[in-house]
Formats: sequence, structure tokens, C-alpha cells
Amino acid sequence: MSMDNVIEARNLRKIYMMGEVEVAALRGVSFDIRRGEVVSIMGPSGSGKSTLMNTLGCLDRPTSGEYTLDGEAVAMLSDDQLAEIRNRKVGFVFQNFNLLSRQTAITNVELPLRYAGKTSGRRQQAMEALRAVGLEDRMTHRPTELSGGQQQRVAIARAIVNDPAIIMADEPTGNLDSKVGKEIMTLLLNLNRDSGTTLIIVTHDPAVAEQTQRVIRLRDGLLEAA
Amino acid sequence: MSLTQALLEALESLSGNKLRSGLTVLGIVIGVAAVIAMLAVGRGAEASITGSISGIGTNLLFVFRGGQDRSIRNTRPITLGDAEALTDPFAAPSIVAVAPILQANREVSYGGNRMMVEVDGITPDYFDVRNYSLTEGEFITQEHLLGRASVALIGPGVADTLFDRRDGIVGETIRIEGQPFRILGALASKGGGAFGSEDNVILVPFTTAQARLIRRSTRDQVDLLLVQAVSGDAVPAASEEIAQVLRQRHRTPVGADDFTVFTQQDLLTTFQSITGILTIFLGGIAGISLLVGGIGIMNIMLVSVTERTREIGLRKALGARKRDILIQFLTESSLLSLIGGIIGILFGWLISFAVGRIAAASGTAFTPIVGADAIALATIFSAAVGLFFGIYPANRAASLEPVEALRYE
Repeated sequence: MSMDNVIEARNLRKIYMMGEVEVAALRGVSFDIRRGEVVSIMGPSGSGKSTLMNTLGCLDRPTSGEYTLDGEAVAMLSDDQLAEIRNRKVGFVFQNFNLLSRQTAITNVELPLRYAGKTSGRRQQAMEALRAVGLEDRMTHRPTELSGGQQQRVAIARAIVNDPAIIMADEPTGNLDSKVGKEIMTLLLNLNRDSGTTLIIVTHDPAVAEQTQRVIRLRDGLLEAA
Repeated sequence: MSLTQALLEALESLSGNKLRSGLTVLGIVIGVAAVIAMLAVGRGAEASITGSISGIGTNLLFVFRGGQDRSIRNTRPITLGDAEALTDPFAAPSIVAVAPILQANREVSYGGNRMMVEVDGITPDYFDVRNYSLTEGEFITQEHLLGRASVALIGPGVADTLFDRRDGIVGETIRIEGQPFRILGALASKGGGAFGSEDNVILVPFTTAQARLIRRSTRDQVDLLLVQAVSGDAVPAASEEIAQVLRQRHRTPVGADDFTVFTQQDLLTTFQSITGILTIFLGGIAGISLLVGGIGIMNIMLVSVTERTREIGLRKALGARKRDILIQFLTESSLLSLIGGIIGILFGWLISFAVGRIAAASGTAFTPIVGADAIALATIFSAAVGLFFGIYPANRAASLEPVEALRYE
């Protein structure tokens, strides 16, 4: 494998059992993503987009095929090993932010560091991440006291706090109005430019896909264009 | 994650739904309070009973006629001669004093008041053996015995009934079975005992009772011998010495004693095992309510796991391992039951205190005892309940698939 590639997917297949019927969500998908690249994954619903994202984000295992993330073969790891990979190498940004509503912004950002087993310097690191997304003056606010754009910024701070190899953003602007959505996209792209973190955005908004360097299109569990 | 952090987070999560957490805790509070109160009542009963038995003196032995085997016929009565023989320091070195007693219920009257009361014919040794003290007057002496004097000591219960007062009664004359007796002194109260109130008693000189109040078929016959051993430890030796002396005097064959020696220790052991069973029984019933409280915790934790499926999915996406989620939920359930346990201990202690007060108000001296062991037991048990009933929900949370959990609506 080339050191330039942060992701190497080879012939990924995923088959779900829906009762008695086998449903193939991915039917042999292969591609590479270079380190520092900004890639969007597009496709109509039912194309296997979500399944691919879950696999790339190490939330799920492929039924067969090989997947290497940042030099580690992760296709057949145990649940706890996958949890550790997610913690160290993947930063998630969700459409609906997924913040813990009872915790403050900074505590939310600290969460990945706690699961990483870090005992000191967590607050400091979380503060830096919040500064990087421009929320240094909202650290002790709870999600309910923040606007949608601000909540997504907290989520992005949480994604970058552990210095991951890739950021997986699933429709990051889907719940935001277009102006705020643009700001969030700008923030993500700036973070990519400044720190060189690979950025993968799952979207069906062409305006979002346009801003990425490359679009991976899926249809019926197969790659349409890479 | 460190323990303090887990605790803080659990506290935060529980306080997020105060009413629900409160009601869940209530189940444990009631269970633990019941356990504490029941054990305390059981302990109190035991202490009260053994206390009243010990109050008579643990170095006492009772000797009375008749063997433990009912088939033994033609028993010989215990006599003054037997009592005399037992005071022999060579035959019975473990015995300090022997008090022969004649005992019967007789009618006593003063003015228009009359009552049936236990009349004991006693010797001066009796006062030493039974640790009686007087509120006024004096004890029966050897002179009264020799002169078959018509004098009596009366208990406070009798004084209440006959005179409606407890002092200033020395010198009054009462009638026992119609015969006049001058009151020599008033006994101090000993309170209720295991054999009924010991305050309802009249003591008269042994010889007086023998001649005029309590006639027995055999001359020198005695109803009961109270024997005092040198110490509590010497009771078994004293018991053996009594048996040997009496066997010789009664010429009974081996294994067919026509008398019974009963020690305080026998009585104490019997009552202790009865109250022990009572305590276990009460504690067991209370334990069931604790169990029900535990099921309440499991129920609430299951609801909580379902409600927070998305949160669990998110935590897993951020790198939480199975164990992290497991610990998170176990901490919450243990905390619920621990808080319940602490409140329950206080509450149970309060109940015990109230029971003691009610008992005191209704005239029974009975104090429930909240022991350190009961508190330790309740704490450990309630924490264990939280852990045990938390395991299933926590395990369910921990084994959720992150993809499914994140998608959960």
C-alpha cells in the first residue's frame, strides 16, 4: 500500500439478511483516497451510500473484502478494536449534530479524549479544538443554548479534538439553512487546508459536492464514477 | 474513564429525570428501611428477653422435684435437708448460697382491696441470691425465721393494688388468707421479667409459710431451691455437684433422677435461638421488599437504555468500548440503590426509634437496637441489588450495534 493513501478499499461487499432474503448493499466496491484529499460520496437513497460510510467509519464490518485505514487492516477486527480505531482515527460529524444535550460544549468535545483514556490535558485540548471552530466564547453553553450552526461547530470540534486521520461528515449541512451551511462547509474546508486532515462528506447536495476535489458516485451497490 | 468521572456523569444523568429517579430510589428506601427496622426490632426483643433473664443472675440454678423423664414415679420431694446438704463446702465447692422456697398463690387483702398473689416463703439467703433491694423497711432476718414471725415484704405491684401508693406502707397490717401480717418492708421494682411481672409478689419467712400459709404433705418439703454458683463459669460444675448430692440423698438409680436442675444458661440459650429465628424471619420478609425495589431499578434502567439508544450509539461512534458503556449504566443503577440504601438506613433507624418510643409509651421497656452489622448488611445488600439488577440493562446497552443505535429514532 502506498503511504499516500489514507483509505484503500478492495472489493467491499456487504450483505444484509432481511428475514429470509439476502440484500446486497455493497456489491464489490474498490477505491483509494489519498491523504489530505477532500472527497464526497453521492448516490440516491438505497445506493449503499450509508453502508459505505458506516464501513469507512469503522462502525460496521464488510461481509467480505479488504479495507485499510491509515495503514491498519480493519475489516475483521473485534468490536472493541473497532471502537479504538474509531476513537483514534475517525472524527464523525452528523446531520443532526448528536451532541449530549445535558453536557456543556466543552464536555461534549472532551468525550473522545475520555474514551481514549487521557487523564490530563483534556480540557486544554478541547479548548483548542473549540477555538479552531471559533466557539471559544461558548465553551460552557449547553447545546440547547446554541444555534444549529454553533451546535455543528461543537460537533466539528469534537471530531477534530483527537487529531484523527479522516473526518467522516454525514450530510453536515442537511439540517442548516443555506447561509449557515456555507459557513460550515467553509470551516470544514479550512480545517482540511490547515491541518491536512482527510475529509469525506456524504451528501446528496450537488452544491456541497462541487466544493470537493473528487466525487465518488454509488448506484445499486456499485461504483459509478470514482 | 475514572471512577469520579463515571460517578459525576451518572449523578448528572439521574438528576436529569428527578421524579423517575426518586421513585426508583423510594423502592430501595422502603426495602432497606424495612430490613433495618425489622432486624432492630428482633435484636431489641432478644436483648430485652436475655436482659431480663440475666437480671435474675446468670449464676443461678433452679432445683425442683420431678425428673425430665415422665416415666419416673414415686419421686421424692426436695427438702430442707437437701438444701442443707448443698451448702456443704466439701460436697459442693462451687455453690455459694442455697435459698429454699415455698411458693403458692394466696388471697391477700387490705381494707376492701383483695387480690390473688404469689406468696413465697423464703430465708434470708434469698435476698443475696436474687439481688433484691428495698425502697423502705428491712429484710426478713434469722430472728423472724426462728420466731415464725407474721411479717411480710411486699412488691410494688401488690402495693399499688392494695394501698394505691408505694411508700409509707411499712407497719401497715395486711391479711394473707385472713391472717394478719405486719409489713416489714417494700421491695424495689424489678420490672417485667421472662416469667411475668416480678413485682407482684409477697415474701414471708419460710417457717411462717410452712406452718401457716403453705402446707405440704411431707415435713420440711421445699417447692424450689434457688442455688447460687460461685460465678457464671462455675454453673456447669455447680449443676453436677447438685446432681451428685441429690442422687446420693434420694438414692435414685443412675439415669433416673427424680429432680431437675435448670440453669439460667439453658433458658438464655433457648430464648436466644427463638429470637434468632424471629429476627431471621422478619429480616427475610423485609428482604423481599428490597428485592422488589431491585426489580424496580431493573425496570427503570431498561427504559433508560431504550430512551438513550442514540446516545449509546454516539458514544460508541466516538470510541466507547463495550466496557465503557457497561460501567456507565452499572454506575447509574448502583448509585440509585446506594442512595436508596443510605436514605433507607436513616429511615429504618427512625422507624426503630419510633417503635422504641411507642413501646415505652405503652409501658413496655423495649428498645430496638440498630446494629452496625445490620447497617453494613443493608448497605452491601442494596449495592449488590443495584449491581445485580443493573447488569442485564447495562449489558443490553453495551451490546447495541453502533450503526443500529445511531439510526434509532
